[in-house]
Amino acid sequence: MADGWSIGEHRFTSRLLVGTGKYPDFPTMQRALVASGAEVVTVAVRRLDLSKTGPASLLEWIPKGMKLLPNTAACFTADEAIRTARLGRELEMGDLVKLEVIGDRRTLFPDVEGLVEASKVLVKEGFTVLPYTNDDPVTAKKLEDAGCAAVMPLGAPIGSGLGIRNPYNLRIIMETVKIPVLVDAGVGTASDAAVAMELGAVAVLMNTAIAEAKDPVLMAEAMKAAIEAGRKAYLAGRIPMKLHAAASSPMSGLIGS
Amino acid sequence: MQVRLNGELRDVPDDSTVAGLLLHLGVKAQRVAVEVNESVVTKDRYEAHRIGPGDSIEIVAFVGGG
Repeated sequence: MADGWSIGEHRFTSRLLVGTGKYPDFPTMQRALVASGAEVVTVAVRRLDLSKTGPASLLEWIPKGMKLLPNTAACFTADEAIRTARLGRELEMGDLVKLEVIGDRRTLFPDVEGLVEASKVLVKEGFTVLPYTNDDPVTAKKLEDAGCAAVMPLGAPIGSGLGIRNPYNLRIIMETVKIPVLVDAGVGTASDAAVAMELGAVAVLMNTAIAEAKDPVLMAEAMKAAIEAGRKAYLAGRIPMKLHAAASSPMSGLIGS
Repeated sequence: MQVRLNGELRDVPDDSTVAGLLLHLGVKAQRVAVEVNESVVTKDRYEAHRIGPGDSIEIVAFVGGG
């Protein structure tokens, strides 16, 4: 495909990345993942429940060929995030990590200081770091300087479904850094995903909007279409906004004139 | 001997290696990652790495997440 994109050594065609949390059940998740057309799926690293026997079943429900992107969700310090990233790498045997260092329980907004600190350590250890960050251009630049392979500003708080709350900051981030900008979190419905892509995002990462939709599989299809539509509109170049009308039909040659 | 396993105090056989501990727990090594005293023990060291009394051990796996 001509319109691919890449992070580090990894090349992708789909511009929709999806999570694996909050689905009503694994079969629904699997059908939604397939319907989304995503090539990258996020997973979390958690203590194994030693009271249960048998293998963890999540991986068996993720379609073969999908790239796993371990996250460091719910880590509140750089140290916790670094340890979790290392465990994720040991599980996945890959170099990608979605780095989260959370600063506040209510909003789940990132602790950008801890995020930059953890990024520096993990980049040195050979990780391909994708940090989940605030919609702050200054932080985005610091993350780029730290050697991150991409930057993933939020559209709105995780799981909020509020959509793209600060499109201007996202645009400034896209102007500021040379690494790919992915919009991560906040998408509520298909038009939000399209807006992110129309702004020029390289890709969008979402979980709740699909997993908690009434029909997750149908929403996954909608998101896939929205991402593609938004990307095409971005490439096509939208018309400037005008305050007054500009007629589409000729104003001359009217009958009775 | 007593160790802290996934945050809880637990008795495990003396002189266990990581591989031995996983066997004791009935955990499949391919599906987990192990950290001992805040350092990852890679799979190639499971047979060699001995666990000592009071060690803090984390055994983790992938779960659904965003």
